[in-house]
Amino acid sequence: MSLFDFADGREGYYGDYGGTFLPEILTATIEELRLCFRSCKEDPTFWAEFAELMRTYSGRPTPVSYLENLSDKLGGARIFVKREDLNHTGSHKINNVMGQGLICKRLGKKRVIAETGAGQHGFATATMAARFGFDCKIYMGEVDVARQRPNVFWMENLGAEVVSVTDGQRTLKDAINECLRDWVTNMGDTHYVLGTACGPHPFPEMVSFFQSIIGKEAREQIIKEAGKLPDRVFACVGGGSNAIGIFQGFMDDNVELVGVEAGGHGAGSGLHASRLAYEDASVGVAQGFKTYFLQNNDGNMLETHSIAAGLDYIGINPILTDLWEKQRVRFEAATDDMVRDTLKLVMRTEGLIPALESTHAFAQAVLEAPRMSKDEVILINQSGRGDKDIFTVADTIEDDHWKQFIKDKAVEYGA
Amino acid sequence: MALEPVSLEKYLRDRLQHKDLLLMTHVVCGYPSFEDNWRELEIMAEFDVDLVELQFPFSEPSADGPLFVKANQEAVSSGVRPADCFEFMKKVSAHFPFKVLMMGYYNTAFKMGAKTFVNKLAAAGGCGYILPDLPVQEATELHELSRSKHLAPIVLMTPTNTEARLEVLGHAGQGFIYAVARKGVTGGQTEMGDDLDSFIARCRVHTDLPIGVGFGVSEKSDLDFLLGKADIAIIGTAALRAWEEGGEAQLRDFFSALLG
Repeated sequence: MSLFDFADGREGYYGDYGGTFLPEILTATIEELRLCFRSCKEDPTFWAEFAELMRTYSGRPTPVSYLENLSDKLGGARIFVKREDLNHTGSHKINNVMGQGLICKRLGKKRVIAETGAGQHGFATATMAARFGFDCKIYMGEVDVARQRPNVFWMENLGAEVVSVTDGQRTLKDAINECLRDWVTNMGDTHYVLGTACGPHPFPEMVSFFQSIIGKEAREQIIKEAGKLPDRVFACVGGGSNAIGIFQGFMDDNVELVGVEAGGHGAGSGLHASRLAYEDASVGVAQGFKTYFLQNNDGNMLETHSIAAGLDYIGINPILTDLWEKQRVRFEAATDDMVRDTLKLVMRTEGLIPALESTHAFAQAVLEAPRMSKDEVILINQSGRGDKDIFTVADTIEDDHWKQFIKDKAVEYGA
Repeated sequence: MALEPVSLEKYLRDRLQHKDLLLMTHVVCGYPSFEDNWRELEIMAEFDVDLVELQFPFSEPSADGPLFVKANQEAVSSGVRPADCFEFMKKVSAHFPFKVLMMGYYNTAFKMGAKTFVNKLAAAGGCGYILPDLPVQEATELHELSRSKHLAPIVLMTPTNTEARLEVLGHAGQGFIYAVARKGVTGGQTEMGDDLDSFIARCRVHTDLPIGVGFGVSEKSDLDFLLGKADIAIIGTAALRAWEEGGEAQLRDFFSALLG
């Protein structure tokens, strides 16, 4: 099935979700982007250029690894992992960013802006901007700046300006608002590199297009490594770009697709970012598109929480919302506690350090694997690597050696 | 027999018989408080303001500049709800001589449902609405429902629009056209010059409705520039800034200087 065969007059809609809801001043800009993307998508040499760039610059194809120790320990399905963490800059974000960099070049624009939550998208965008010679400004919520300093450090040293956003909840959604404000002012020379498959059309389709490289590779690789298609594919879902990326490889197969959201403190806690797995979200229109949002009855957005900054978002990919409604994708949520335990387990048994975001996908897979048979196969998308999370992880596991190191460093810096 | 409500366009045309340039102002409902809003509106009425936008606060005001962002957020976090705004609008429209518009973001209307929204707005005495993040191609149902309630959907024209798009916008607008003077969010400076002049002229090609100009209109020289070119000057952030800086006295001084 093609997700992007739109009915007449319904371009950019996935069932009831998606669309383009922007201030009038951006109409011409978004149309220019839509037409540019359309011509790139229809031009086979464009994909070839993109794939070649990803091969030479980001180390693609990323491998699929068999987790023999973890599979044996859990005693159920065989578990395989798609290693997006091995990309340059350490996550799948670079796929979309390099693709949009090529688009930006075709648009003839010289400046890029981006929002970032965990910092991985901002980091990737700063890298792309350095490589392509664009000016770059990254908007990041003040809360996220505080919890993801290592990524801020790299963005700044790559030549990007990082703006700490102090409005609202001071997280990802507020950074997106700030990008929209920049864009309505500077659209003439600026491309907005939206980091996930959300926002106004054509962003969900465009981001999905670039991220589909994950699923294309993974399908071939898993057949080779496991000797068969996976029975279940697990991916974490914040905005939902890594999930739609890997899922697209298996849309026409008899494969169960499982999206794992941020359960935070759990259902009913009010402290989570789970739009579909829990009952708290409803349909709304914000940040340029229609989907399920965590909002109150008046349509004002609710506080969200996750141990993983990259999943801490009010809305969700409209394509996934439609696939959920059509029961093609199952949604679950992993709580912060499950994620902490799973991270320790995966580090110790396999020597992998998944990002806290990606660990959500592992947590659900670890939960389900023992109940599956040994001839079944699980594929997890490890969307990013976790070493960027060193401060959060060290806090979580209360690592005394790390604390002492930070104290010593503080003394060294004259604090 | 109930009197047919006077349409916004007719109201504006009647006012334009006696005034060369009408004035539309803006308050963010419940910021700093409804009591403050009321006092602001009393001063606006003193200066014979013709039309007021009552902004319903929203948690993601992505088209607004810093001052209105803060106003929206503080109003939302102090618990101002759409129901409170409608109630306030009812009092305002009953008491003051100027006409009142709802201004806000689409999700506020979407969440309560288009039908409920137009019913409540009409019941509160509003004469139309401005939803800057609702493009006209997504607004067909809402615009149709509005017609039966004599509510005017205010459509924005912007300098980046193509002629073809301006034509579409011209067909969709009711009441008046809101011409956005420049790129950017609310509250910044606008250079009143030839570019704006030719933009307003482009708008006129595509609409016969009165034209209001907003975004960066903040002082007497701006109004002098607009005189004879536009029909309505739209004052947003500048009035709130005056109120923030010096309350009633400063807001009065602001309007005196503006209209002086």
